[in-house]
Amino acid sequence: MAAAKAQALVQGLHMVDADPAADLAALERLTIWALSQYSPVVTIDPPDGIVMDTEGADHLQGGEELMLSGLVNRFRARGLMARAVVADTWGAAYGLARSMTAETKVVPTGKTADSVARLPPSSLRISSEALISLRTLGFETVGELAATPRAPLALRFGPEIGRRVDQMFGRVAEPIEPIRCPEIIEVHRAFAEPIAAVETIGKYISRLVTKLCLELQAKGLGVRRTDLIVHRVDNTIQALRAGTAKPVRDVVWLTKLLRDRIEKIDPGFGIEKLSLAATMVEPLDDRQIASSLVDDAAVDVGSFVDVLGNRGTYRIYRLAPVASDVPERSVQRISAVAAEVGQTWPMIWPRPVRLMDRPELIEVMALLPDHPPVWFTWRGKRRRVKRADGPERIFGEWWQRTSEWAAVRDYFTVEDETGERYWIFRSGDGVDHDTGSHRWFIHGTFA
Amino acid sequence: MAQTSANLIISDLRDRIQHLEGAIARPKAILPFEVAEIDERLPGGGLAYGAVHEFAGGVAGAVDGAAAALFVAGVAARTKGKVVWCLTRPDLFAPALAQVGLHPDRVVYVEAIREEYVLEAFEEALRFGGLAAVVAELVRLPMVASRRLQLAAESSGTIGLIIRRWRRQTEAGDFGHPTAAATRWRISVLPSEPLPVPGIGRARWLAELIRVKAGESADFEIGACDAQGRISLLSDAGDGSGQTQRSVHTS
Repeated sequence: MAAAKAQALVQGLHMVDADPAADLAALERLTIWALSQYSPVVTIDPPDGIVMDTEGADHLQGGEELMLSGLVNRFRARGLMARAVVADTWGAAYGLARSMTAETKVVPTGKTADSVARLPPSSLRISSEALISLRTLGFETVGELAATPRAPLALRFGPEIGRRVDQMFGRVAEPIEPIRCPEIIEVHRAFAEPIAAVETIGKYISRLVTKLCLELQAKGLGVRRTDLIVHRVDNTIQALRAGTAKPVRDVVWLTKLLRDRIEKIDPGFGIEKLSLAATMVEPLDDRQIASSLVDDAAVDVGSFVDVLGNRGTYRIYRLAPVASDVPERSVQRISAVAAEVGQTWPMIWPRPVRLMDRPELIEVMALLPDHPPVWFTWRGKRRRVKRADGPERIFGEWWQRTSEWAAVRDYFTVEDETGERYWIFRSGDGVDHDTGSHRWFIHGTFA
Repeated sequence: MAQTSANLIISDLRDRIQHLEGAIARPKAILPFEVAEIDERLPGGGLAYGAVHEFAGGVAGAVDGAAAALFVAGVAARTKGKVVWCLTRPDLFAPALAQVGLHPDRVVYVEAIREEYVLEAFEEALRFGGLAAVVAELVRLPMVASRRLQLAAESSGTIGLIIRRWRRQTEAGDFGHPTAAATRWRISVLPSEPLPVPGIGRARWLAELIRVKAGESADFEIGACDAQGRISLLSDAGDGSGQTQRSVHTS
């Protein structure tokens, strides 16, 4: 759109000259940030893109879908609009990100050809003259172009179009040369003869870790993200990323984290170079961890948490008290390596061992307003109440939600004939219908 | 007389075999229940460290495993150090664990996205060493897996506690299959202690020691864990202190 037309459409439009150099510098800063956050292999795709190889690193963000939505949300929090795509090839991700309307998209492995067939030829990264000529010839989509015989196209436009199409469909390799900034501590090991055996890789990983830890120690740093970058003889790059919950400089610990996932490396025809980079570092002071004066020193569970955390199949957390009377709000998850809270829940009333995530409706017969039920039916089984305790009245928290202004729950502990003990409540105080529906729910099981 | 001398010879032989095997000369640590009647039924006088123990719930407890979980929490509370709790269904209510003496700062929860990964996390935690106790909530426990877990526990000396809970009550027959656990228990709920006033007294459980290595099975009627995780034995005639209280109120 021309500037004059834009000014005619919007009154008082503020015009700023484009500054490509500053844009590029900002993009570079973003790329280096993405390197520390998302993936070991990241590079700039000027003028407006960032390319990452997230293979083997997405689990730290909770999987590909979560990684993309988290990424887009973090950009939006800073007032930036972003489109994010995970695809098999750089070309496919490039084209999809620049032509789709949704914010995020994950293309399943092997579905690249289907997903890019309808993209316009402009998503092929070719010169604008070639694009105009292609439009003149009537090419509307990449799919049509890919189905056209190669020789006439090459004769007319040169090899460029064929190469870009092949790159998009993954027939030609397109390595991503990772960006590096001078602050990153990195150690390398090149091999005269390519290596491939698991034991050999493991041996060199531990040597590299030792070297890296020495350099970290000299600078007083510990790593939060360590990247092992594997250069294969066929000029492809693989990366393994190990994340830790706290800054670490322990050789044994880091070696175990990386060695645990050696089987993820596919050596192919051999590995010619291994690099180990400390992508995200934090200050870490020396401190004494073992002492013969203290008999049973507190054990640091950090390394155990990291080992499981890097597998990506676990959520690891501690539970801490929250000052709330509503049972489901009284517990919050905190990091497993967070400092000790020291507090616990009030011990006045017994609490059930199992709490349902959603209270289940039960049928009861009970005297209003404050008697426990005589019997109740839960999951089709009728139980006679032998003993009961209560009510324990819990008020709604109006500072959380205004609809809870008058809400009340009356909790009872009931025991049936067989000795099974349940935690049930009535929504409402038994008199005033503003306080709740007066229906009964079961919320937990006592031991 | 002959028997004692035979025992002496056997224990001497045992010492020599252990010496030959070059096993780590770790004193066989034991976590007693501090209830004489239960401890005397268990070899060494309590639950052995460096072993896996298995707990299941009876009847309805087969599904929720509530009593078994609290019993295990009481055992874990009496150890010293961090506890790892591996699970898939996050319906455990932490305040109840705090009420039997397991402080929330001590428990690290490992929630697996699938049932199969619980075993993996449990083994990793047992091998880690340095943990006071490792708890896992499991549906299936094949013999091979349990033997592997038992070896992992032996290698580090950590006590492993398994809570068996099933999706349906009909599946609970699975508990009949043998496993390599050192002790196997079934904890079911009993009607609570009667009070002289309306209300619910201290919870009572029936703890059935179904299998114990080098020991005999037994049943105990016990009072639920107190604020330090200790259980107490109920005499069949009823609790003495409860009786006196009742007479005070009724007279």
